[in-house]
Amino acid sequence: MPFIPHTQADVSAMLDAIGARSIDDLFDEIPAALRSAALQHVPEGMNEMQVGRLMRARADQDGTPLCFIGAGAYMHHIPAAVWELTTRGEFYTAYTPYQAEASQGTLQLLYEYQTMMTSLTGMDVSNASMYDGASSLAEAVLMAVRVNRTSKSKRVLVPRTVHPLYRKVAQAIVKNQGIVLEELDYDRAGGFIDPAALPKEPGDFAALVIPQPNFFGVLEEVDALTDWAQQHKALVIAVVNPTSLAMLKPPGQWGTRGADIACGDGQPLGAPLSSGGPYFGFMCCKQEHVRQMPGRIIGRTVDLDGKPGFALTLQAREQHIRRSKATSNICTNQGLLVTAATIYMSLVGAEGLERVAAACHANTRALTGKLCALPGVTPLFDRPVFHETALRLPSPVSAVLDKLAAQNILGGYSLHDDYPELGDALLVCATEVHANEDFESFASSLNAALRR
Amino acid sequence: MLIFELSQPGRANFAQLPVASAPADDIPEKFRRKTRSLLPQVSELQAVRHYTRLSQKNFSIDTHFYPLGSCTMKYNPRGCNTLAMLPEFLARHPLAPESHSQGFLACMHDLQEILKDVTGMKGVSMAPMAGSQGEFAGVAMIRAYHDARGDTARSEILVPDAAHGTNPATAAMCGYTVKEIPTNDQGDVDLAALKAAVGPHTAGIMLTNPSTLGVFERNIVAIAKVVHDAGGLLYYDGANLNAILGKVKPGDMGFDVIHMNLHKTFSTPHGGGGPGAGPVGVSERLLPFMPIPVVTKEGEKYRWLTETDRPKSIGRMSAFGGNAGVLLRAYIYARLLGRAGMQRVAEYSTLNANYLMARLKKLGYAMALPQRRATHEFVVTLKSEAKDLHVNAMDFAKRLLDYGFHAPTTYFPLIVPECLLIEPTETESKEALDGFVDAMGKIRHEAHSTPEVLKGAPHSLPVKRLDDVKAARELDLVWKAP
Repeated sequence: MPFIPHTQADVSAMLDAIGARSIDDLFDEIPAALRSAALQHVPEGMNEMQVGRLMRARADQDGTPLCFIGAGAYMHHIPAAVWELTTRGEFYTAYTPYQAEASQGTLQLLYEYQTMMTSLTGMDVSNASMYDGASSLAEAVLMAVRVNRTSKSKRVLVPRTVHPLYRKVAQAIVKNQGIVLEELDYDRAGGFIDPAALPKEPGDFAALVIPQPNFFGVLEEVDALTDWAQQHKALVIAVVNPTSLAMLKPPGQWGTRGADIACGDGQPLGAPLSSGGPYFGFMCCKQEHVRQMPGRIIGRTVDLDGKPGFALTLQAREQHIRRSKATSNICTNQGLLVTAATIYMSLVGAEGLERVAAACHANTRALTGKLCALPGVTPLFDRPVFHETALRLPSPVSAVLDKLAAQNILGGYSLHDDYPELGDALLVCATEVHANEDFESFASSLNAALRR
Repeated sequence: MLIFELSQPGRANFAQLPVASAPADDIPEKFRRKTRSLLPQVSELQAVRHYTRLSQKNFSIDTHFYPLGSCTMKYNPRGCNTLAMLPEFLARHPLAPESHSQGFLACMHDLQEILKDVTGMKGVSMAPMAGSQGEFAGVAMIRAYHDARGDTARSEILVPDAAHGTNPATAAMCGYTVKEIPTNDQGDVDLAALKAAVGPHTAGIMLTNPSTLGVFERNIVAIAKVVHDAGGLLYYDGANLNAILGKVKPGDMGFDVIHMNLHKTFSTPHGGGGPGAGPVGVSERLLPFMPIPVVTKEGEKYRWLTETDRPKSIGRMSAFGGNAGVLLRAYIYARLLGRAGMQRVAEYSTLNANYLMARLKKLGYAMALPQRRATHEFVVTLKSEAKDLHVNAMDFAKRLLDYGFHAPTTYFPLIVPECLLIEPTETESKEALDGFVDAMGKIRHEAHSTPEVLKGAPHSLPVKRLDDVKAARELDLVWKAP
């Protein structure tokens, strides 16, 4: 049932115009030996009602458990208007705004988005999106190595407090260009990179990655780390949570000179959890680096009558112009998610995002308080956090999580596989969507799980 | 009017905000933001009206015929969106345990199997988030394959001169040098040039088939043999898979690795520039290198395969395993189409393209390859119009906007001067195509009688032709408060 409108009369008239006897004739340039036999594993077609039944059954299977997992993907309230507007056909079914005059809606929205992101991050310029936070970090690493002309080094320092999956993605993408990601270990008591423990003679390196908050939710000493890296002629790549920027110092103001590149995942700004995607990566940088930034960039200009309008600009960086010399191979990015994020940021506003950040943080504190009242449950680190925190449990985490899952509670993310040195460690997160009774049921189920 | 110009301090949408919470007095001053961001403070109605009005300044598939070549702008069924946005799917955390993921994983596994079947490949990974990331994964696998055999002298990827820019850009991102292979005057790869180019330095070739010239590469079997005999692998760029869906399988053509653009062939929305999804399919010898995660079915249970299961994998392309919501839409679309529907996609997209081509030829338009069959798209060249009438392909494109049609792809492929790449897709009716032909007829007439009308186009859109040079020279990328 492929949404084909042709009647038999249409087909006959069209074949006549072409001068062909049958549709099959149109494939006569394909060598006969290559023509496929029937598809074996594709099921018969269904109508929308039948597929609806199937999909609802699949969705029901997974349910909507009470979830305290964060670890880079956060459930927030999304105003109904965000996706009502985002799925309007004019946004949903347009493509990359190659024809600027026929795409002013998307182009102006992207210009507004760029403005919002530079304001949140305190940076000069923003692109129109990358795929996700992790691939955005990978692109930031490639960009930093291109930009840093004082260092010939292909070494980039990456703290172990950066999201483990981001580190894996960055590694998979940059290793083919001979770039080496070198891990910086963290302080076991604080769960952060202790500036006092940084190497005195780190050698030549192109960039330092600084997460804020870091994977444990812990706040890094961003000013000291930024100054240290820049004193060693390295660039600073900030990896930040956009919600946190309503409360925390923006990367553009870190240290004496500010971060050089800021990136991260835009998911908290209006994208549902949706099993991990689609989200979008954001990337902002200092003005002087804009020509090395990958991805689409929108500029404001004028038309033939001098009327303001918007267009894709600096396209000479991109693959469709520069081909093998481009800054990246990125083409299609995550436009629709940026649409949602721009509408989200407009609906919550500057003050509203501060309230969201504060509520997330207050709820995580309330949750931590409840959980740490249980015997043997303690905070893992002694440093300030934002809206996510690591706890030590008195028994192995995976068994506890299984018991909680049986109660329909997803009790957080086990740190065991990525950080075995931390023992029985659990990362938990609350946001503004959680209420006190959620913390109560988590605490009582956890209590039961620990006792059994 | 920009949204910021509607903003007033003190305005807030309390219906959308959490109630006031305890102050974050545990976060020391030195970590805190000192000045409020510029995010607009507008009412919900102001925002809704602003973005509704902006949306109305877009051309889109839902509002206009959108024959953008190589992009497969077909109807995006609304049902796919509605069902992919069921609340349980939206709420599922990517790190949820398998106990709470079986429904979602079943959809992913089914889709993997469907994609394997339509491509004739041995394994599929849906990790890549767009076509270009699929390309990256594919070329990275070629590299991993050669490296694993200790065959480290292979430093070059071959790319036809008609290829998408992402092909050479991807090869460079994977650390390869790029060598262009010319296309002959029949639109096929120049076999002699290919034979001369291959050698022990050849890692592989990246091919689009049907090519970006809108024709089927007839020598594909010979090309595969030349490259394989030299020890290289064949990469299939799936940009044009719509033309052969269910008719020809890339696996049968001899390709070792392919990517698909689900936002093209499987009709997920283009979203104003994404999100896409770029699953990769591989032959037997590349199976161990596939990007992770991949879904597997063990007995009646589904689970993700990760680093432990696939130690030779090229690794992860995204934090959480891909654009899941896009994959769900593609899955729903595949189930709606079914086996027979998929073949009809290729048939009717090819019928529509050949019909348009025949009718435009009759109007006097020149085809880049007039003696060839069109596949699901074809290339018009306006070389003689540019020379004789001083109106170029961009002028035709902009004038089409005035007639209510999105422009075809312009100036691509690069090897055809003054070209339009036209892809109607199977979901357009004969009436829509006839309307487009009528407009092209009128524009052709105008090109002769009143060429200034073309050069000044568009005349009826929210803005006239924009100054791209000014946009690039006097960068204005961010609004500044006055």
